[in-house]
Amino acid sequence: MTTIAKNNEQKKQTAAQPISGADICIQVLVNHGVDTVFAYPGGASIPLHQALTRFRDRVRVILPRHEQGGGFGAQGYARTTGKIGVCMATSGPGATNLLTTLADAKLDSIPVLAITGQVGTPVIGTDAFQETPTVEVARSVTKHHYLVTDVKDIARVVREAFHVATTGRKGPVLIDLPKNIQLAQTAPDYDCPMDLPGYHVDDRTATPAEIEQMAAMIRSSKRPVIYAGGGVVSADAGEELAKLVRKTNIPVTTTLTGLDCFPGDHPLSLNMLGMHGSIYANYAVDQCDLLLAFGVRFDDRVTGKVSEFAKHAKIVHVEIDPSEVNKIKQADLPIISDVRYALAELNRQVRPPEDLTEWHKQIAAWKKAEPFGYNQQFDGILPQHAIHELWKLTRDRETIITTGVGQHQIWAAQFYKFRRPRTHATSGGLGTMGFGLPSAIGAKAAHPDKLVIDIDGDGSLLMNIQEMATSFCEKLPVKVMLLNNMHLGMVVQWEDRFHEANRAHTYLGPIDHPEATGQGDGITPQERYPDFVAIAAGFGWPGRSVSKKSELTDALKQMIDAPGSFLLDVQIPYQEHVLPMIPSGMTVKDLIKE
Amino acid sequence: MRHVLSALVQNVPGVLSHISGMLASRGYNIDSLAVGETENPHLSRMTFVVVGDDRVLEQVRKQLEKVVTVVRVDDVSSQDHVERDLMLLKVAAPAGRRSEIRELTDIFRGRIVDVAPEMVMIEISGQEKKIEAFIEMMRPFGIIELVRTGRVAMVRGTRGSDENDE
Repeated sequence: MTTIAKNNEQKKQTAAQPISGADICIQVLVNHGVDTVFAYPGGASIPLHQALTRFRDRVRVILPRHEQGGGFGAQGYARTTGKIGVCMATSGPGATNLLTTLADAKLDSIPVLAITGQVGTPVIGTDAFQETPTVEVARSVTKHHYLVTDVKDIARVVREAFHVATTGRKGPVLIDLPKNIQLAQTAPDYDCPMDLPGYHVDDRTATPAEIEQMAAMIRSSKRPVIYAGGGVVSADAGEELAKLVRKTNIPVTTTLTGLDCFPGDHPLSLNMLGMHGSIYANYAVDQCDLLLAFGVRFDDRVTGKVSEFAKHAKIVHVEIDPSEVNKIKQADLPIISDVRYALAELNRQVRPPEDLTEWHKQIAAWKKAEPFGYNQQFDGILPQHAIHELWKLTRDRETIITTGVGQHQIWAAQFYKFRRPRTHATSGGLGTMGFGLPSAIGAKAAHPDKLVIDIDGDGSLLMNIQEMATSFCEKLPVKVMLLNNMHLGMVVQWEDRFHEANRAHTYLGPIDHPEATGQGDGITPQERYPDFVAIAAGFGWPGRSVSKKSELTDALKQMIDAPGSFLLDVQIPYQEHVLPMIPSGMTVKDLIKE
Repeated sequence: MRHVLSALVQNVPGVLSHISGMLASRGYNIDSLAVGETENPHLSRMTFVVVGDDRVLEQVRKQLEKVVTVVRVDDVSSQDHVERDLMLLKVAAPAGRRSEIRELTDIFRGRIVDVAPEMVMIEISGQEKKIEAFIEMMRPFGIIELVRTGRVAMVRGTRGSDENDE
């Protein structure tokens, strides 16, 4: 027998050997190229973890300090690579702790595979210890879900899960694996066919007629705008978008999740649109005669009052999910297609609009008149200034930014000019506080050579601060630039604007401080709480607090250059509002500028 | 507007709960829902009556199609079709009034399937309007209990459910 034949023979024999369901599960992950798993063990997932140790040379297991940290770690990995993020938890509380991250992945269409342990099939439904009906509660927040009740199904189910999570409109898939099924043995068949008779997404490509019509609409437009979203990132269509802009000179505005799909400092970038978008982007959308909506879903934070949104425009909507088309806004030309395919086809034949001179002139005037701004004279550190400085210091190196949720998130979107897709990870649709730190750790696991910075708020950071331990112990050094105002800033802003500044549980310091009832008079509360630098020290992180404007640049450099993780606690005033702002459900005419 | 949608779904645990949960969480107004196995044991048929304009119908349909276990969705009411509802009804029937009830049941082409000293059970199928008319006819006698299956529907002609010709 030749060596190859011998090897094949051996392979066949080993393939035919019965192995445990847990081993089959991990083997399928490996077969799909999974190299990193974020997993927190527990009673019902012990066999999976035991199996993971047998694949130590191929799969890195990162142990978060809370299942939510694991789920967001997987998201950070997925959002910055385009590959699937894999996380694991035990039954009951482990599974329910993961759910928020799955709901988050669903709304932002992030491919995530979540594997949860479950109590053994004989006791399912008996209120056994750490039993929750995981699939029942996960149904509406996942793209698809499985409860495996036969070990012979594992290989097929895991394959299907990969396929469903990573094709069409991407999203989270959950597999619930009872412990006795993990332990049961069978001879695996890794090539068994998938059983998905109702899942057809391969045919979602624009027709030649649709492309032609889109090209004709572009050609005859006078005031076109591209409105690009997370779908452009998800489809890896950034390059095609850039090419389209080169060919047509059509200005581009992006959503929060699409922020990094087009360079923010490009002359034709209108930056973000919507509630806290740029004035010029919102004016341009209001005045445009053609809105090219690519990979977007007309979210309420973008449209405001739907009937007034892009009122004068013909709308072309290129979208992979048919249910998004005509859901909120009727499209004149709906195109169900992979965005990259549609843009590539369009780029073959598109000709620029005949004359955009007037339109460009108008936009330039809007941009010049009302750019994003802040009080540069302020004696202290404004959050916008801190982010702008951070951008200046990091723009020429490979940097990934993650954020929490709130004011700091929007300021990051306004003042950090992203240049390349998958360099920005933020919880857009669900808006989950606590997203920043664990997703940064996940991004770092995928990009060990890149600088990964979490721009966070004090409320958000505290929600998953235990992940500092993950960063330290797993040797995944990330930086946290904490914009600390000791308040839930975005809610405070709404209190100030719409509730007569009545503080309702939005102060994060002790309740006997005057700020708790809105009676504070300082720029920032005098007594800082909690001491984030001390907390960081407890987790083995160096840190520094900074409150003087003159020290900011030096402090930022110290953070960036630190060899390991670093927390920079930037003390900012809580009185600052995110502007401009179009109040919820209103129009560009109601725009608040100061 | 009233529409009858028919969905072919994979016969897997939880599929009914998934679909009814999706419809409820998106706020769609479902008048009737009937489920049963088909000639193929791997597939079940769900029939929905949806109330709403064309835009609502389009959304319901697309959201159904998006569910991974849903194989196919047809708008039955947009084609020439047959629609039926099955009802079992117990009505008070003292000796003196039985023949009257029996006569009405015959007119509506129903059947008496159980008789007790003071009541009869009637089985009747047909279109919604007919069923409702029959309920009104029985009301004066005293309806004791009533159960309906919800609408089932089928397009006329030779095409079968496995033919994926759309």
